[in-house]
Amino acid sequence: MNCIIIDDDTAARLIIDQLCKNTELVVKEEFSSAIEAIKYLNSNSIDVAFLDIHMPTFSGFDFIKTLKTPLKVILTTSDKNFALEAFEFDCVVDYLVKPIGVERFNKSLDKLFGLSPAKLIVDENTNEIENKDFIFVSIDKRLVKIKIPEILLIEAKGDYISIRTAQKSYIVHSTLKKIEKKLPSDLFLKIHRSYIINTSEIIDIEDNSVLIEKYVIPISRSHKQEFIKRLNLL
Amino acid sequence: METPNLDYLRQISGGDIDFENSLLSILKLEFPIEYIVLSNNFKNSNFDKVALDIHKIKHKIGMLGMLNSVDLASECEKNIRKGNTEQYKDLVLILERINVYLKNK
Repeated sequence: MNCIIIDDDTAARLIIDQLCKNTELVVKEEFSSAIEAIKYLNSNSIDVAFLDIHMPTFSGFDFIKTLKTPLKVILTTSDKNFALEAFEFDCVVDYLVKPIGVERFNKSLDKLFGLSPAKLIVDENTNEIENKDFIFVSIDKRLVKIKIPEILLIEAKGDYISIRTAQKSYIVHSTLKKIEKKLPSDLFLKIHRSYIINTSEIIDIEDNSVLIEKYVIPISRSHKQEFIKRLNLL
Repeated sequence: METPNLDYLRQISGGDIDFENSLLSILKLEFPIEYIVLSNNFKNSNFDKVALDIHKIKHKIGMLGMLNSVDLASECEKNIRKGNTEQYKDLVLILERINVYLKNK
């Protein structure tokens, strides 16, 4: 698993780097500025960031709000008072108060690996799963069953896809193209280059978007005709 | 009052002497500078900046194994934002002690 360290304090970065040694984490880069890290993430795929909250001009929370790629964040801070605010963000896995001890750091990694991105179990040679009502994703050596009819939508996110059900979301290292082959085509439809939806879950349609549960999904011009065909219009 | 020590550094170094030396070099270089900046901001009653300086330097206090002193620094940081400088003199005693310790390392 790849990680980056973002902290304006040199000693703090050195300590996290040291703590990462002899773990499954590979430190790819270190940044004293969160803005530099954002630029780096635009062209590099990273799984986790160790992130300081208090940094001049651009704070750790500013960084999280700017994130466009799926990334897990472990906050590292000298301040105990931001934990509640921190866990408002879905990407935050843990909140470490400096100075960070080895035991506490390892506990954090246990949490992190428990949340590591799932891998879609795909057999490239068969579409047999179309006849089944579930798919399996692998999360930390555990296969998790997702019932296909319960999938609301699937969103492409860089090298990952987010499979949303009413109960939870699964971040999976895969592509829309791969999962599309595994879904029943009478139920699921690609309506945008970044979205496949479960058509039975549509609540309403307005101009160029559909509403599914609380999600407003755009319909692209190129997919609109196929989408209209599929509607049971009066 | 707590005494600065290298217990924390040794705990996370796992015997990596290069790491211990690197971290100690950074502390010896950066701590005195951060202390001077903090003192100057305090002399100029620039309390918002003092609070930020304390926030930054308290991690280094923690690295030197002085966890009760980190708590005092946190309290001082919080109060100084409100203009209450009561704990500042206690913080200075801690910072002075660290300064001397690092000079002799």
